[in-house]
Amino acid sequence: MSLPAVRTDYINATKGWKSWLTTLDHKRIGIMYLLFIAISFGLGGFFALALRMELLNPGKLLFTAKQYNQLFTLHGAVMVFLFIVPSIPASLGNFLLPLQIGAKDVAFPRMNLMSFYLYLFGAVFCVYSMVAGAADTGWTFYTPYSITTSTSVISMTLGAFILGFSSIFTGLNFIVTIHKMRAPGMTWFRMPLMVWALYATAIIQVLATPVLGITLLLLIIERVAGIGIFDPALGGDPVLFQHFFWFYSHPAVYIMILPAMGVMSELVTTFCKKNIFGYKMIAYSSLAIAIISFLVWGHHLFVSGQSDYAAMIFSLLTYLVAIPSAVKIFNWIATMYQGEIDLKAPFLYFLAFLFLFSIGGFTGIMLGSLSLDVYLHDTYFVVAHFHYVMMGGTVMAFLGGLHYWWPKMFGRMYSEGAAFVAWLFIMVGFNMVFFTQFLLGTKGMPRRYYSYLDQFQPLHAFSTSGTWVLTVGFLIMAFYLVESLLNGKQAPDNPWGGLTLEWTTQSPPITENFLDTPIVDCGPYEYDKVKV
Amino acid sequence: MTDLNAHKVHEVAHHFANAGHEFDSAKLGMWVFLVTEVLFFGALFVAYAFLRWAYPEMFVEAHHLLDWRMGALNTLILITSSFTMVMAVRSAQVNQRGKTAAYLSATMVCAFGFMVVKFFEYAAKIHHGYLPAKFFTAHAVSEHLHLFFGIYFMMTGLHGIHVVVGIGLILWLLRRNAKGHFYSEFYTPLEMVGLYWHFVDLVWIFLFPLFYLVG
Repeated sequence: MSLPAVRTDYINATKGWKSWLTTLDHKRIGIMYLLFIAISFGLGGFFALALRMELLNPGKLLFTAKQYNQLFTLHGAVMVFLFIVPSIPASLGNFLLPLQIGAKDVAFPRMNLMSFYLYLFGAVFCVYSMVAGAADTGWTFYTPYSITTSTSVISMTLGAFILGFSSIFTGLNFIVTIHKMRAPGMTWFRMPLMVWALYATAIIQVLATPVLGITLLLLIIERVAGIGIFDPALGGDPVLFQHFFWFYSHPAVYIMILPAMGVMSELVTTFCKKNIFGYKMIAYSSLAIAIISFLVWGHHLFVSGQSDYAAMIFSLLTYLVAIPSAVKIFNWIATMYQGEIDLKAPFLYFLAFLFLFSIGGFTGIMLGSLSLDVYLHDTYFVVAHFHYVMMGGTVMAFLGGLHYWWPKMFGRMYSEGAAFVAWLFIMVGFNMVFFTQFLLGTKGMPRRYYSYLDQFQPLHAFSTSGTWVLTVGFLIMAFYLVESLLNGKQAPDNPWGGLTLEWTTQSPPITENFLDTPIVDCGPYEYDKVKV
Repeated sequence: MTDLNAHKVHEVAHHFANAGHEFDSAKLGMWVFLVTEVLFFGALFVAYAFLRWAYPEMFVEAHHLLDWRMGALNTLILITSSFTMVMAVRSAQVNQRGKTAAYLSATMVCAFGFMVVKFFEYAAKIHHGYLPAKFFTAHAVSEHLHLFFGIYFMMTGLHGIHVVVGIGLILWLLRRNAKGHFYSEFYTPLEMVGLYWHFVDLVWIFLFPLFYLVG
C-alpha cells in the first residue's frame, strides 16, 4: 500500500522544540496543554491510588496520619487546579474553538501562549509545595487551620493563584474569539453547541476566578502579616473565607462540567447521525447554568453556622441547577431516538457520562436538600457524589472528546478494540470505587479520615480494589494512544461523518486551519439535509 | 510642528480581517479584563463591608488617624491624570505625536505624584505602628484597630500596585510613541492603557470616601 505524499500540517509546518515553545498556533498550544494535563491527571491519580491503598484497612498501612492528610490535599489540589479546570477548555477547547467557528486563530494568540506559561509557572509552585512539606489542609484551604499549619500552604495557594490567571486569560480569549472571530454566516445559533458551552464556561472563568485570586492572596497575607480578616483570634471571621472560597469554587464546578456537556452535544449528533434535539434549549441551558452557578455557593456552608434563612434560600436555589442540567440530558436522549447509533469509543464515553452524571446529579439534589445534607455533610456520600459528577461526568466526556478528535489532532486512528476494553475496565473500576462510597457515606463514614471502625473495612477494601481495575483501564488507554501515534492508521479528514467545520479541513489541519475562510449557510448538525 | 509622515504603518495581525476588526477585538478584550479587575477588587470591598458592619465604632475612630487632605490631594491628582490620558489618546487620533508625548508625560508625573503622597502617608502609619495585626505596635484606642489597617493596607496597597503597573505601561507607550507607532489609523495600545488607567482612577474614587470620610 502506498501512503499518500506527506502533506503540510500544523505539526510538521515548522521543526524543532523551539518552534513549539514559541508557537502562537492555538492547535499547538492546545496539544501542549493536553500533554501537561495528562501528566497532571497521572500525578493526581497516583496520589489517589496511594491514599486508597492506605484505606485498605483501619490504622496504619503505609503512611502516617499527617502524610495521609497531605496525600488527599495533593490529590484534590492537583486534580482541581492542574487537571480538571483547564482540562477540556484549554486542551480540546483551544484546539477546536477556532476550527469550529471557522477562524484562523483565537483573538489573542500571544495571550494564549502566556496562559500556557502561567499554567506551567503555577504548576512549579504546586510541585514545590509537594516536595517542601506538602500542604495538609485539603484543597479548600479552610481557615483558621490553613493559617496555623506548618506545612507549605503559601506555595500551594500561590500556585493556585497563578493558575487562576492562566484560566482567566483562556476565558477572556474565548469570549472575544466567539464574539469577534466567527466565519461569515456563522450566526450565534449556527455555532456548534461545544462553542456555546465554552462561551458559558468562559463567562464563569472571567467572573469567578478573580475572587478566588484575591481570596488566596488574602490567605497568603494572613499567614505572612496576619491581617486578621479570616482569623477569629484577631476579630476576623473564618466563615467569610468559606463564602469567598465557594463564591469561586462552586461556579468552578460548572467550569469543569459545562465544557464536558459541550463535548456531549457534539458526540451525540455525530454518532447518531441526527440533528440535535432542542438546539436552542441546550444553548440557553448552558447560559442558565452559568448564571445560576453564582447563586448557590451557600450550600457548601449548611453546617458552618450561616443564618438559617440563608441556608434555606441556598437550598432552594440549588434545586434550580437541576432544571437546565435535565434539559440537556433529555435533549440528548431525544436526539438518540431513532438515530443510527454507532457504538464507537467516543459514544461509549457519551453513554458513560449519561449514566454516571445522572447518578451524580440526583445525589447532588439530595445533598442540596438542607435537612438531608446536615446528615450527609462531610461523609463519603459527598465524596462519591462529586466524583460521579467530576470523574463520571467531566472525565468521561473528556475521554470521549479525546477519542473523537484524536484523528483530527494527530492524523492517526487508534485501535477501536483496545478502546472498548479500556472503557470496560474504566466503567467497572469507577463504579467499584465510588458506588461503594455512597454506601459508606450513608452508613456514616466521614470523609478525610485516616482510620475508621472495623465495620467499614469490607466496603473500604472493595472500593480500594476498584482503583486497581481503574488503573488497568487507564494504562491500556495510555498504551494504545501512544501506539496510535507511532503506528496508527492514517486518519481520513472526516472519519466519523461529523458535520461541524473542523471536519471539513484536513487531518491534522494546516497552520491556517482552512485553505479558504469557510462560509456558513446552515446549522451545525443538519443531517436531515445532508447525505453523509 | 509634528511630522505627520514619520509614523510607522501598522500591520494588522494575520488572523484579523482588517484594522477595525482588530481594534474592536482588543477593546472587547480590555473591557472583559476590567470586569475581572472589578471582581478582583470586589471581594475586598465585601471584606471591607463585613468588617465595618462588625465594628462600626472602630471604623469611625480609625478614620481620624488618616489625613483626609492627603487623600483629597491624591483624588485630585488622579482625576487630573485621567484627563491628561484622554487628551493623549485624542492627540494620537489627530496625528499630533508631540502632544501625545506631552500628555502621556503629564499623566506619568501625576502617577508619580500619587505615589509620593502615598509614600508619606504609609511612612507616617508605619512610624506610628498602625499596621496589620502581626506588626501593630501603636497604642490601640479600639480593640480591633488592627483590622482597619489590615484592610486599609490591603486595598490601598493593591491599588498602589495597579498605579505602578500603570506607570510601566505609560513608559512603554512613550517609547512606542517616540518610535512613531501611533497615528490616526492605529492607537489601540493608547486606548487600552487609557481604559485601564480610568479604572485605576475609579477604584481610588471609591477608596477615598470609604477610608478617609467615614462617619
